[in-house]
Amino acid sequence: MVDGMLGSAVQLLTPEGERVADEDYDISLSNAELKGLYRDMVLVRRLDSEATALQRQGELGLWASSLGQEAAQVGSGRSLLPGDYAFPTYRDHGVTWSRGVPPLEVLAMFRGVSTGGWDPIALRCAIYTIVIGNQALHAVGYGMGAQLDGSSEAVIGYFGDGATDEGDVNEAFVFAADFNAPVVFFCQNNQWAISSPRERKNPAPLYERAAGFGFPGVRVDGNDILAVMAVTRAALERARSGGGPTLVEAYTYRMAAHTTSDDPTRYRHAEELEIWRLRDPIERLKVFLARQGIADRGYFDQIDREAADLAVMIRDGVRSMPEPPAETMFDHVYAEPHEQLERQRRWLVDYESSFTHEVSS
Amino acid sequence: MTTMTMAKALNAGLRRAMERERRVVLFGEDIGRLGGVFRVTDGLQKDFGEHRVIDAPLAESGIVGTSVGMAMRGFRPVVEIQFDGFVYPAFDQIVSQVAKTLRRTDGAVRMPLVIRIPYGGGIGAVEHHSESPEAYFVHTAGLRVLTPSDPQAAYLTIQQAIASDDPVIYLEPKRRYWDKGEVDLDADPFALSPWHARVLRPGDDVTVACYGPMVRTCLEAAEAADCSVEVIDLQSLSPLDIDVVAASVRRTGHLVVVHEASSTAGLGAEVAARVSEECFYSLEAPVLRVTGYDVPYPASRLEEHFLPDLDRVLDGVDRVRAF
Repeated sequence: MVDGMLGSAVQLLTPEGERVADEDYDISLSNAELKGLYRDMVLVRRLDSEATALQRQGELGLWASSLGQEAAQVGSGRSLLPGDYAFPTYRDHGVTWSRGVPPLEVLAMFRGVSTGGWDPIALRCAIYTIVIGNQALHAVGYGMGAQLDGSSEAVIGYFGDGATDEGDVNEAFVFAADFNAPVVFFCQNNQWAISSPRERKNPAPLYERAAGFGFPGVRVDGNDILAVMAVTRAALERARSGGGPTLVEAYTYRMAAHTTSDDPTRYRHAEELEIWRLRDPIERLKVFLARQGIADRGYFDQIDREAADLAVMIRDGVRSMPEPPAETMFDHVYAEPHEQLERQRRWLVDYESSFTHEVSS
Repeated sequence: MTTMTMAKALNAGLRRAMERERRVVLFGEDIGRLGGVFRVTDGLQKDFGEHRVIDAPLAESGIVGTSVGMAMRGFRPVVEIQFDGFVYPAFDQIVSQVAKTLRRTDGAVRMPLVIRIPYGGGIGAVEHHSESPEAYFVHTAGLRVLTPSDPQAAYLTIQQAIASDDPVIYLEPKRRYWDKGEVDLDADPFALSPWHARVLRPGDDVTVACYGPMVRTCLEAAEAADCSVEVIDLQSLSPLDIDVVAASVRRTGHLVVVHEASSTAGLGAEVAARVSEECFYSLEAPVLRVTGYDVPYPASRLEEHFLPDLDRVLDGVDRVRAF
């Protein structure tokens, strides 16, 4: 337990990188696993900063930054078993990374060459959902289906603090409770719903809402990857063993703008960022790994080089993404033949091919 | 052949679909033990179990949203929305997710959902129980929209809708639930495609295109008319089978479109535009619409003034001929 704004949040690693005990949760990870989590978070942060840069250079239409939320996303994502299923928001690049979604497939939507990006069935990770909170219901429905199939897999549904205002998220709580669905609701409370401050708007802790729906809620230090994993693993295990849903509130902070279209200087003070910079999720694990002698300078340098290589791959990959042919907009609108759309497709192709000269841009 | 009501025919069709495919599950408010407020699912929970006929919490977005999740897992959910006026809380999930998931996943995830909605007026109901929301769904790419007009069509098209790999908004004309008709329960539901308009009564002078609850009204008007009226049941509102309508108009030169829904940007507008594109020179008069007025559905004591009836259809036929 920790004091201050985090309140009763579960913590296993302090911002100073000190390992502490919690009376309810603990985790034991091998050195290789700990180093792997550090690597994941550094690479996800690099993916994020590279994508932000690419947006600024006009290569992406938009980017929603995950900066500062790496522990919440990687920690929960790496808690999933291969057979589990994740329903991320559009900011959960650490989750998609953990599920093995190739970064360029994540970037395809933000570049505007796709409306999705990856195969959600093969990767057991739904595509990003832009409409706030819609996916919480999909997660519950998927879990209800798993239950009907007699499967022991668990489902995790992600959303943010802002989404807890949405009817869909509250209905998801109702359905999950009624059907005892094997679902973990993973709420990243990053304090800001665009310009709307969570705790100034409503100081009632989000995790406490679960009690009213009839299932447990727990707040975890979302910048502590060990605590996030311990809490998420326990909630997933509870789901798999028929215990029903759990709400996990990962208490964290959105260090960047809502998206690249946003200007947070209009609504929040720089001092707030300074407070949260001291709670950085990557730095605290790095200090822990170094102090424990689990990783040394050589390892950290190696990961930095890997991150630099990832950035090059992303840069080159984004710039060379093929432009989809116009007529592909007619693909996959319907699964079964649709004559009217075929007529429109033919018309588009004929119309556009009637121009004999390229228009220079 | 068996004589039965449309509600019974739908029940029989649902039963056949559930026997055919074990991934078909029914999901909605009060559909299990009660059998639905119109008894369309009567007895199905008893025979198929609570895991296949599932009583849902009272939350329409939740019902459709969780059905999306079930469909992502390979189920074929058949959702019942209790009344037309209660589908709007689910509108976001229908438009943003049900209609677009196939597109958004580049074809990886199909949405073989059926959303059954009792719709239309004429039963003296309180407000929000008599609406005709079809145009919202017809306008939404990615959805298909079907509406049966008689027990036989209901028996076949509900099975076809459930078998479709696309999401289908299935609009049941609630005032026709109790109309009886002959149903061939042995008819093969896959012998004919449901995505077509049907010529129910041939005629030479005027084409009347209608669907759902208005079909019976238009057939009765055709019977009473002093000219030869061809009645077309559109049945599939999306995709719209305009070829059958245009072929008819090429012979009759006159078209009246009839529906309960308000006229502005309704199906009548779409049919009129498409027919004028397809066979403008065959038209001897502007396409006329006989529809509800552009007002919220009125209090039930006024609904007979709002709803097209036999006289208003005949008036439309007269006016289009007199042009």
